[in-house]
Amino acid sequence: MTDTTAQTGRAVAAPARKGSLLEVDSLTRKRNAAEARFKMYGLSAVIVGLLFLVALLATILSNGTSAFTQTFITIPVPLERAEIEAAEKSIVKTSKYRAIIGTAFANVLSSAGIETDMSAKDLDKMMSSGAAASVRDFVLANPASIGTTHTFDLLASSRVDGYLKGRVTREDLINDKNLDAAHLDIVDRLSAAGIVQKRFNWQFIFGADASDSRPEQAGIGVSMIGSFFMMLVVLVLSLPIGVAASIYLEEFAPKNRFTDLIEVNISNLAAVPSIVFGILGLAAFIQFAHLPQSAPLVGGLVLTLMTLPTIIISTRASLKSVPPSIRNAALGVGASKMQSVFHHVLPLAMPGILTGTIIGLAQALGETAPLLLIGMVGFIASNVPDGVAAGFLDPNSAMPAQIYEWAKRADPAFYERAWGGIIILLLFLMTMNIIAIILRRRFERRW
Amino acid sequence: MSLPILVFVLLALSVAGYVLGRGRAMASAGGDARKLHSLPNYYGWFGFLVALLPAALMLLLWLPAQSVVIDTQVSAMISDRSAAESSRGLVMSDVERVAEGLDLAVDAGVLTEEQAASIRTEFTDVRERLGEVGVALGSDVTSETLQAAQRYRALSSTGDLLRTLAVVAAALAGLAFVYRRAASTFRARNAVEAVVRWILILAASIAILTTVGIILSLIFNTVEFFSLYPAWDFFFGLTWSPSFGGGSELGILPLLWATLYISFIALAVSVPIGLFAAIYLSEYAGPAVRAVAKPLLEVLAGIPTIVYGLFALLTVGPLLVDIFGDGGVLGVGWMGGGTAVMTAGLVMGIMLIPFVSSLSDDIINAVPQAMRDGSLGLGATHSETVKQVILPAALPGIVGAILLAGSRAIGETMIVVLGAGAAARLSLNPFEAMTTVTAKIVSQLTGDADFASPEALVAFALGMTLFVITLGLNVIALYIVRKYREQYE
Repeated sequence: MTDTTAQTGRAVAAPARKGSLLEVDSLTRKRNAAEARFKMYGLSAVIVGLLFLVALLATILSNGTSAFTQTFITIPVPLERAEIEAAEKSIVKTSKYRAIIGTAFANVLSSAGIETDMSAKDLDKMMSSGAAASVRDFVLANPASIGTTHTFDLLASSRVDGYLKGRVTREDLINDKNLDAAHLDIVDRLSAAGIVQKRFNWQFIFGADASDSRPEQAGIGVSMIGSFFMMLVVLVLSLPIGVAASIYLEEFAPKNRFTDLIEVNISNLAAVPSIVFGILGLAAFIQFAHLPQSAPLVGGLVLTLMTLPTIIISTRASLKSVPPSIRNAALGVGASKMQSVFHHVLPLAMPGILTGTIIGLAQALGETAPLLLIGMVGFIASNVPDGVAAGFLDPNSAMPAQIYEWAKRADPAFYERAWGGIIILLLFLMTMNIIAIILRRRFERRW
Repeated sequence: MSLPILVFVLLALSVAGYVLGRGRAMASAGGDARKLHSLPNYYGWFGFLVALLPAALMLLLWLPAQSVVIDTQVSAMISDRSAAESSRGLVMSDVERVAEGLDLAVDAGVLTEEQAASIRTEFTDVRERLGEVGVALGSDVTSETLQAAQRYRALSSTGDLLRTLAVVAAALAGLAFVYRRAASTFRARNAVEAVVRWILILAASIAILTTVGIILSLIFNTVEFFSLYPAWDFFFGLTWSPSFGGGSELGILPLLWATLYISFIALAVSVPIGLFAAIYLSEYAGPAVRAVAKPLLEVLAGIPTIVYGLFALLTVGPLLVDIFGDGGVLGVGWMGGGTAVMTAGLVMGIMLIPFVSSLSDDIINAVPQAMRDGSLGLGATHSETVKQVILPAALPGIVGAILLAGSRAIGETMIVVLGAGAAARLSLNPFEAMTTVTAKIVSQLTGDADFASPEALVAFALGMTLFVITLGLNVIALYIVRKYREQYE
């Protein structure tokens, strides 16, 4: 029954389609349109994905590049012996230095022909609160300079800096208790006179973190050192352990329950959320083993556990790609199984292993969440560690944790630092990935 | 002997073992390496390993054992009365701090060894004396704590001495063994290779150890949490309001809801884009487009999550407020602040695009060419082939990929910490700020809370829930993907 109806249906439709096959009928047109639409969807998905990438990178660059310049005020400060001795004797030494700088700044203003009725205290707000400390450090480091006049490049306050970078506008300052429009008029005149200038900000790259009130002084250098020590731990532990584990699994392991258990564990660990590794680090290394909190050593241990699965998976792939003929040849001339692996297979697989390790390290370098749990966050990247042991054991932050720390702070001046930090972090990641690609292109052998 | 020196001595003895083993073997062969069973260096390595491994193992076992023994001995001295006031763990950490302070004081020359062992709180202000050497103590030292600390120091120094003796003795015994065994007939290579093999097995077992470590650390603390807070209220409570003063309500449901909501939005963004991108790249794009677009998309996967978090907080959030917020482009006023479920979900979706697309790409490529050819040969257009042949064939794999992406989204931390907000609420409005399981793990464990309080321990219960959910999703996903692969290979 159904057959006949179907046939009659087709028979009825058939006469409607006249003309040759070369003529495009409406159904074909519809199908072709659907085809074109489908292709468009696909293409637009790719384009949307790439647009997101462009938007992300553009945001990073447009917000972050300004962190690499900083506003400085050039002031010749007369370092009178009497004044400095008085300052060193007082309890709050920096405030005395502030007064010295304040006078010098007033002199600069008057010699530049800028009239102002502002008090010295108000003028002082244009300078970073760290300025006095940097003058004092200079004097303590160069006692010979006492009695001379030395020209200092002192950091301007973050508001002045923000004004010159376009982040702070006059309207923003109406409710600001630190700075008002009159200050900005002075800044305009000073920058026209070349006394206030933006320069490349080395302190951001090499300096230490600064407290909430001094965003203009904050730098990522110390947390970079923290990241460096962490990466050392990760490299030293995860490369040998990962390679050893892969060699066992790929070359020696018999097919049994135990090996299966290891395999299942590795593939599951690769997908465990990173924060869970942070919990493990907190409970196992800090609560149980009493390792110091916030130490790059602990951070490195946690990241090692996290990167091991990645390294094992890529190492196994490169061991697998070494053809069996190499092993057979080695065994044929009398090498033991162990010798064939360590003398022949491993060296041939090395480029692939190193590539995988670098990519694993890059992943570890950008990881933040586990570091928060073991305390590598907060105002801790404030001193350069003195010595190697201190580098591993003293509280420090890491680049991504430092960026997080800045992103959390209230002053928008820190946001610029956070974006700048991201540029540096991404530069590191890019370099590592490019090295990995070059290694792969250069040394990988196709058999 | 301090630990670094001991390790150094141990290494020196091991090197001596290398020289000894190699030398003895060569001597027994009369200087002719051909008469040896193995290459001469294998005898050396044998000596090295025999001197090093037993002693190192002993050291590794000794370190935790010593601290456990001392802890039990010392904590027996703390009376129940003072332990009841604050937790025993806190008293013990006080004791350790005082002992550490006494060590520093002796090092700095403020106290002599005898004084450190005999001072009494009745006669000396210990807190002040320790303050001089830079050890700040939170409260005054009670005489009980001080005595416990002195006992702690005495036991530690005895323990350290015994440790040194034991380790050096083990290394020397190893050397003696090498001296006897290293002869030309000894099969040194086989012995060394057996040891190396065990080292390899040990390295491979670290994966198991890590899993066990994760599970143990989660379980112990979770059990402790449930002894302080009822499990029923945790799993079915509708309110999340921790207060460190006590009386907190710690219901997981609002957190779980926000986690799933954000993950859903993330998947709603990433799955269509990722899937279509994968279809386009594997079915339509020429090799040139593919060679450029695929790695560029994968760059999105290589960007650290903190970057996405900042992007959500400072760019996407304000942008969404401009559109959906009060006085925004649409004038709807749905959105109060930049941090919202939508912000985090959208950005997480961007992060997951390459994840979905590269997994789906692999799966689509694994569909045999014969099926495509058959469909095209029957007159189907390319898109019909994709929709009616390839996608159904690849469906299990794609579902697996989506589940994996979902597990990623659920476990993602930095984006939600920065982008989703801090207030826990059960709401349907995606433009409201909510907070997730991962974000609360971070906030409960990064405060100054005491580890023994339920407010801090709840993080472990949250972690346990997270671990179980993501593990379940991964296992199901891997199962589906594997089962599917078997069909075509």
